[in-house]
Parts: sequence; C-alpha cells; structure tokens
Amino acid sequence: MKKRLISLLLMAVLTMTALSGCGTDSTSESSGDKSSKEEQSSNEPTYGGSVVVGIQQDIDSLDPHKATAAGTKEILFNIFEGLLKADENGNLMKAVAENYTISEDGLVYTFTLRDGVMFHNGNKVTAEDVKYSLERVSGILDGTPLISTLSTIKSVDILDEKTVQVTVENANPELIYSFTAAVIPAGSGEDAQAQPIGTGPFSFVSYTPQEGILVKKNESYWQEGLPYLDEVNFKIVNGSDAALLALKGGSIDIYPYLTDSQAEELKDSFQVIYAPSNVVQALFLNNAKEPLNDVKVRQAICYALDKDSVNDFVSGGNGTMIGSAMLPTLKDFYVDVEDTYGTSANLDKAKELLADAGYADGFDLEITVPSNYAFHVETTEVVAQQLEEAGIHVTINSVEWGTWLDDCYNGRNYEATICGITSDMTPGYLLNRFESESSKNFINFNSAEYDATYEAAGNCLTLEEKAEYYKKLQEILYDDAGSAFIQVPPLTIAMNNELAGYKFYPVYVQDMSTVYFVTQQ
Amino acid sequence: MKLKNCMKKTNQRKKRNWYLTAGLFMTGLILFLAILGVFWTPYDTTAMSAGEKFAAPSFRHLFGTDNFGRDIFSRVMQGIGTTAFISSLVVLCAGGAGICIGAVTGYFGGFLDEAIMRITDAVNGFPSILLTLVIVSVLGGGIRNLILSLSIVFMPSFIRIVRSEFIKFRDADYIVRARLMGTGTVRILFIHILPNIFSTFLVSVTIGLNNAILAESGMSYLGIGVQPPTASLGKMLSDAQGYLTSAPWYALAPGLTIVWIVLGFSLLSEGIRSRAQ
Repeated sequence: MKKRLISLLLMAVLTMTALSGCGTDSTSESSGDKSSKEEQSSNEPTYGGSVVVGIQQDIDSLDPHKATAAGTKEILFNIFEGLLKADENGNLMKAVAENYTISEDGLVYTFTLRDGVMFHNGNKVTAEDVKYSLERVSGILDGTPLISTLSTIKSVDILDEKTVQVTVENANPELIYSFTAAVIPAGSGEDAQAQPIGTGPFSFVSYTPQEGILVKKNESYWQEGLPYLDEVNFKIVNGSDAALLALKGGSIDIYPYLTDSQAEELKDSFQVIYAPSNVVQALFLNNAKEPLNDVKVRQAICYALDKDSVNDFVSGGNGTMIGSAMLPTLKDFYVDVEDTYGTSANLDKAKELLADAGYADGFDLEITVPSNYAFHVETTEVVAQQLEEAGIHVTINSVEWGTWLDDCYNGRNYEATICGITSDMTPGYLLNRFESESSKNFINFNSAEYDATYEAAGNCLTLEEKAEYYKKLQEILYDDAGSAFIQVPPLTIAMNNELAGYKFYPVYVQDMSTVYFVTQQ
Repeated sequence: MKLKNCMKKTNQRKKRNWYLTAGLFMTGLILFLAILGVFWTPYDTTAMSAGEKFAAPSFRHLFGTDNFGRDIFSRVMQGIGTTAFISSLVVLCAGGAGICIGAVTGYFGGFLDEAIMRITDAVNGFPSILLTLVIVSVLGGGIRNLILSLSIVFMPSFIRIVRSEFIKFRDADYIVRARLMGTGTVRILFIHILPNIFSTFLVSVTIGLNNAILAESGMSYLGIGVQPPTASLGKMLSDAQGYLTSAPWYALAPGLTIVWIVLGFSLLSEGIRSRAQ
C-alpha cells in the first residue's frame, strides 16, 4: 500500500514536470569559439573573431534565385549581392553596379559595373556574368522565370565589357528594386545549390541540413574595411525556448526572434535591441461577409480597438502603431494616416456606429487565428476582450496553419482573422493585394476609388509620383476601414555584450558584415 | 498471536479510512471549487489589466496574475470546471459504452466476444495521445470532438473490466437459476449482475477520471480542444511555459492543481477498493 502511494505521488510529480517542462529540452553545448575575456570599455571595432547566430528554420535552397523562404534570404544576403543592394534606410545602394541610368520611357536600364568586384572563387565579375544571372532569373535562359517581377525583361545586351543594357516590356519604376537579384558566375546556376558563389562580404564554407550554415570572411570584398568577422555560423535553433537556453549557455551570440518576456529575462546579460519588423499585423475583416460588408460596422470595430493596450500586452510597448498597409520604415511611401479612429478605444463612437448600422445590440463575430503563432493568438485574446466591451461578442477559433491557409487565406471563408502580412522592399508589395481583382485580396476589399488610384499609380514613370498615389491608397484603405490595422510588431534581438555594429534593415536581413567585437580577441 | 492479528486488522482499517477520508476531502474541495467557479469567481476570468501583469501571489491575487493581468486563481477555478466537465463526460460516454459492450461480450462470449476483444486490443495498441491526435485531426478540433475521441480511447479499458466481471458471474448458481426461471436476458444483465460489479466499476471510474483529466490537460497543452479565452488547466500550463523563470507561479498553479486532483482521485479509488474488500 505504502509503496503504491509513493509511486502514485512520484507519478503525479513526474507528470507535472513532464507537462511543464515540455519543449524546453535543448542542446546547450558549450561553445569553443567564444571569447571569455572580460568586457572592456573600448568601443573600437576590432577585426577577427567568430560569431554564432541562431536562426529559426532550415534553409530551403542555397541557390539565391530559387530561395523563397524569408529565413533563407536573410542569410544569403551575406553571400550574394545584386547589381543593387538594400541599405538600412530602405533605399537602394549600388553594389555590383557602379552606376545606372533609366531611359525616359522607363524601358531601358543601363548598368555600369563596378571595377574590381570579385567572386568568392577569385574571378572578376564580368558583363557576361551579369547577363547570365539576369537571363536566368527572368526566364530567358530556360523559359521559367525564377523571380516573377523580372519576367518582364525582354533582353539583356552587353554594350562593352563594363556596361550591360536591360530592356523591359513594361515601364515600372518599382522594377529597380528587383535588380537586387544575386549576380552569380556565368554558367554556375546548376552548381549553386552545392557550391554557392557570390560577391557578398562572406563566402560559403559548408551547409549541414538541420544544423546550419557556415560562412567565412571574403578577403577581397569590394567595400573597404568590411567585414570585421572571420567566421559566422548560422545555427538552427528549434523554438524560442531552446534559443533562450542556448543564449544563456553561450552557444549562440545573436538571436533575433525573442518574445517580449524572454527579452526581459536577458536584459542583464545581453544587449537587447528592438526594431520594427517587416510584418503588418491586423484584424483582417472579410468585407464580403455580413455584417462586415457594412462600412459602419468595420469602422466601429476600428473605433473599439485599443491598439495601445495591445501594444502593452503583446509587444511590451515596442510595437509601431499603424493605420494602413505600409511599413513606416519605407519612409518615402508611408503616410501617417489622419488619426480618425485613434489608438485607444472610443466605445461611444463604436456603439453609435453600430446602432446606425442596425446592430444596437451588437453581433457575433468569429475570429480565426493560426494557432502556431502565439503572438497572434495572444493578440486575439486581447482584441476579443476589447470588442466585447463594444458589444461585439467574439468567439475565437484557433486553427492549424494549414487549415488557416485553406479556409481563410485561399478559401476566404472566414469572418475575421488576426495574422500578419509580410512586406518586401518593393513599396507597392502590400498595397496591390487590396485591389478588388487581386488574387491575394483575401479580405475581399472592394473600392472603385482604390482600384482607380492603383491603376493610376501603375502608369507613373517615377517613384516620386508613385509615392503620392500610394499615400492616397493607404488613406482610402484606412477611411473605408478595409481592415483594422494594428501594428508592426517589434523584432526583439539579443546580442552578446561583446558585439556591436548590428544594423537594421526595413526588410529583415541578418547583415553580419558590419558586426564586430568591441574587445580584443 | 490473536492480539497481534487483531491489532493488524485495526491498523489496516485505520489506513483504509485514511485513504478514503483524504480522497474524499481532496476531491470534495476540487468539486466545490469547480461548482463555485460556475457561479462566482473572485475576479472576472477574462478581464485583462495591463497594470497587473505578472503580479506575484498575494492576498489580492491568491495565485498571482498571468501575462494579461488576469487572476490565476479565478482561471484555475474555471479551468477545473472545464477539465472536470470534459473528463466526466468522457468517463460517462466511455463507461456507458463499456458497460453495454462489456456486458454483452462477457455474458455471451463466442465469436462476438472474440471479435470485439481483438478490436479493443488494436485500439490499445496505439499510444493513446497519438490515437486522440489522429481522431481530432480527422474530425476537427473543438470540445465536442475532443470528448468523442477521448471516449474512444478510454472505452477499451472499461469494456475489459466489465467483461471480466460478467464472465465471473455468468455461471454463478443464482444466474443459472434465474435463466431457468425464464428471466429476460436484459434483466439478468442489468438487474442481476450489474449491481454486483458496482464497486469494481467505481474504482475503474475514478481511475478513468484521473486518466481523462490528464489526457484533457495533455490535449489542451498541445493546443487541441479548449479554445481561448476559456481557461483549462492544460491550456494554462502550455501558455505558462514561456514564463517559467520569470513568473513561475503561472505554471505552478495549474500544475499543482492537476497533481492535487489526480492524487485526490487516486486516494479515493484506493479507499473505495480497500473498503470493498
């Protein structure tokens, strides 16, 4: 009897620990390459050293033209460069190209190559290589475009050994952002998967599936003085709990996807940096579903939303409030929409609008949320509570990612959903999905004014003109309350105290070229 | 010698009583909290308060507050209710079906018995969590499907227990006589035999409840079943795992509650068993 009681007790305790300890089992091996020296006050960049960066998922392809996952692109940024390259202000800087001109009608792009840009294999970059790379991505080589925006390229001509001329079918000032596509050695496309060769600050050393990717310093990099580090190891970490342990144990030095509470925990021993991500989080409303097809109901929801407290609860106050579908970091195109709905709740106004629309007693709303995104699920809980106060009775339906994609995103069979849409550097990327005919318009937004403005924007020949239309589009989306846009969630990065020089980009990339150790190795 | 035996007996009796009393006390307290939680909780279980995020346990918040500033004690009360509701329905369904199927197979035997036993063997062959996951992913999430799938997983053990008891009684003299007197089969099954297996069955019900509570918590922990913002003990545990070091009370409150419930029911079943002997 006694034995049984003890075993029962033991079992109960074990169950508890098993339940609460799930998911935190991690490999916290000690790192051999980490400097153990005490931190000094000097902030002078030093050369050398190696860093381990935690990444979230495995790489989908080492071929820069075929990689689609954001998690892969953020790493390949260090190995490959295009004619142009993104900088930390959301602008384009010249990389392999030293200069470029665009013809009046926007159909001919002429690139002059920079002198002395070398591939990792020691060969100089020639016009031949650029032609090959552009023809490969645009589908001229084998008929299948690898980067769809570049499929508009009609021909790539070599004018002289330093000049390449690109002719396109349609004028589109935004196309220039696509010339960030990687330049690879002529004919190397087939081998890119096994031995990727680029012109970036780091060259590829090895890749172990499910473990990570190792890169080393490119000694002949064209930017003077960069990079600082000798070696960077991108290591796959399973989940943020494991990452937390790995950071604490010292087996990784940089990890960019921490949750707010984890950041709080690391504050003493790590540098914690917040930066806006490239995600727009919103309570997306299905404009085709009753009663959300009534603009007043949608506006009421916008009024009822208390974005400030969402920010407090889920982003630790580090989110960036937004009203429309544009990243504030894309400064030239972003407009700070007039603050009609406010960032805190205006319940009187919300109830008034609901009464106007014939829903004085409120209505039932089901919010579907992908359960694998804890961040969105938490936001949903907060939002549900807020809408409840305005008389909108919310039920939460958390579904698997696959189900969400089928039912909400592709099937458009939902009432409301909270999720994030990611943007790339092209300013119109987020806006084109709200055109009524767009296949990505999963909220069924339908506004003649929006469509007309979007079309007008498409006919612009300069980015400045386009920016004006884009600002107008954001305002229409806001005024019509196409959806209740909430925030650009923060990216929370923890970095070893001995490191400095980490740069943020509007579109998330892990640029390791400017990172350095502040202490002597 | 006699005296020693006597003392041993009284000691044993004392021990038996202790199991039963402790079990009754622990489960009683839990039941009381669960029922109370339906009508009244110290705080609104869904009311959020940014100012009181992660408040440590105090007299104001007995178990502290969670990442939304919600009172954990109130949510545990609601969570016990949710968990208890699901697990008792599971035991009711599984137990009910177990009695019917077990009675028929045990009493009649033969081919039907053989076939059903092999099916239960097959169900038992799967790890229970895996089986539940499969059923839930085929039928879809939600409380109803969770109950259904857990019932299917729990049914075999009830069938086996009932069956073995019925086998024991089907050839007993009084049953043979009843049969000779022309008593109806249904009457024999449920009026003549069933009451005899009551105590054995009660033990298996308490054990089943225990397992069902653990299974529900496990499933909610995996994000299947109960939807937010409804509290369930397993869901709370899984939400708390990100804050294990910064707010340990968040995980401890539902965790210890599960331990308490499981222990309570184990003691209770132990008590009932020894009393029946």
